[in-house]
Amino acid sequence: MSGSPCTPDELMTVTAAHQLRNGAVCFVGIGLPSAACNLARLTHAPDIVLIYESGTVGTRPAVLPLSIGDGELAETATCVVPLPEIFAHYLQRGRIDVGFLGAAQIDRFGNLNSTVIGDYAQPTVRLPGSGGAPEIMTHAREVLIVMKQTPRSFVSRLEFRTSCGYLEGSGARRASGSPGAGPRAVITDLGILRPNPQTEELQLCALYPGVTVEAARAATGWPLQLAAELEVLHYPQPAELACLRDLQARTRAAHAGPVHISLPS
Amino acid sequence: MQLLPLADAIAAHVRDGHSVALEGFTHLIPFAAAHEIIRQQRRDLHLIRMTPDLVYDQMIGMGCAARLTFSWGGNPGVGSLHRLRDAVEEAWPRPLALSEFTHAEMAVAYQAGASGLPCGILRHFAESDLWHLPQRRQQMLRCPFTDAPLTAVPAINPDVTILHAQQIDAAGNVLLRGILGAAKEAAMGARCVLVTVEEQVETLRAEVNAVVLPAWVITAASVVPGGAYPSYAHGYYARDNGFYRAWDEIARERQTFTAWMRAQVLEVADHAAQLRRLGVAA
Repeated sequence: MSGSPCTPDELMTVTAAHQLRNGAVCFVGIGLPSAACNLARLTHAPDIVLIYESGTVGTRPAVLPLSIGDGELAETATCVVPLPEIFAHYLQRGRIDVGFLGAAQIDRFGNLNSTVIGDYAQPTVRLPGSGGAPEIMTHAREVLIVMKQTPRSFVSRLEFRTSCGYLEGSGARRASGSPGAGPRAVITDLGILRPNPQTEELQLCALYPGVTVEAARAATGWPLQLAAELEVLHYPQPAELACLRDLQARTRAAHAGPVHISLPS
Repeated sequence: MQLLPLADAIAAHVRDGHSVALEGFTHLIPFAAAHEIIRQQRRDLHLIRMTPDLVYDQMIGMGCAARLTFSWGGNPGVGSLHRLRDAVEEAWPRPLALSEFTHAEMAVAYQAGASGLPCGILRHFAESDLWHLPQRRQQMLRCPFTDAPLTAVPAINPDVTILHAQQIDAAGNVLLRGILGAAKEAAMGARCVLVTVEEQVETLRAEVNAVVLPAWVITAASVVPGGAYPSYAHGYYARDNGFYRAWDEIARERQTFTAWMRAQVLEVADHAAQLRRLGVAA
């Protein structure tokens, strides 16, 4: 990827932003998903509706939040509702178009692990746990997943299934009665994987210029199949990269500011 | 409602072995109360909180907890909670039993507790490994009207719920503004409710639909300005994102963690003294 004008994180953020249509109602996770959603809002999707699980609906932050509940999100929101309402009235009720997730591990059917590496009782690595992911995966009309592609994270078999993608594939998810359609795309630093229409196994659909199929296969823990047509992705345009970097710089400056509390004397 | 100094409120109402929920989702996290519990060396607590955050990382690392009920245990936007991980992976300073929920499950469990119901209900029944966990008590059930698959989650009724809020009025009513998380539900489901507030005012000047906890549902309240720091109190001070980043380094090793806790929590008289020592308050 010697021709890339940007870092892998920037690449994934811009490509993820491209997947979001104007007006979509998005359930936004912290970190890269939040950056991608706000980049979309500041570029091609000014009317995108961003919902953070902390309870902020229609938020338009000037800087990216570090946490899911920074004050910036509340101050720029259409409304702030109690957290149980976010999960009940918005997510479970079916009002979310796009959910946006990452994870420590993904398997060939788009199931996710964010709980443990190793044995549950004596884990090698205790991960943060499920958070909102299982229900986002269940109820959002569709889900986008953003992860760096490595053999350790793209695995044939998960060590723990926290969130259900296509289960064992070939219609198993639909048969389970899950209301949402499941993961539509997995955006990585090498390209994009999407489910095969029949088997629902994730297959390679797009690559960045200069990335080979062999490189993508080497970064995947199962025998990666190819879509009938392999798309070549564009690198980010200078304008959108400038917008993202500007947003990140504003964010860094805002987060570096000292906090002062006035105590009564 | 009794207005008490924080140390007296904790001494009177938080006992070893209690189930205790310090709620507030990223916002209004009752750090001052947590530090007072640490100073008073409570043990064998069952800590309950959707996002353990730094506040439970500190309590777990200081040996206060025997069990943790939670739904997401990281340092938001930064990484791991190293003390939580050390307790789970290496049983330091003592073993920690886990009860894991998803956010949505924990939200309905709090709502059920607040509503006097034995369980909360979610639509659908996802085929995840969460079902096979040893502590898992969730059950699948069928809707009696439509036969739709549902998930039932046992209610959460903490012995003590502790919140931080913006204001208390002369009558003892408490106002919360901004991001609420499941704070109200955690309080309404608890047997005992303790609150710390930024300030006492004559009247709350709240909108009619504002979130106010009436004085008579609150057991005791304490005026603790800055009591949510390093999280924040909407309208008073911002979240110290710099501190949340710095915590990653402080908590990574047992020694640096213990030294920080000794200097900033154990050896200071109260929260105001801590804020001055940290240079956050003049």
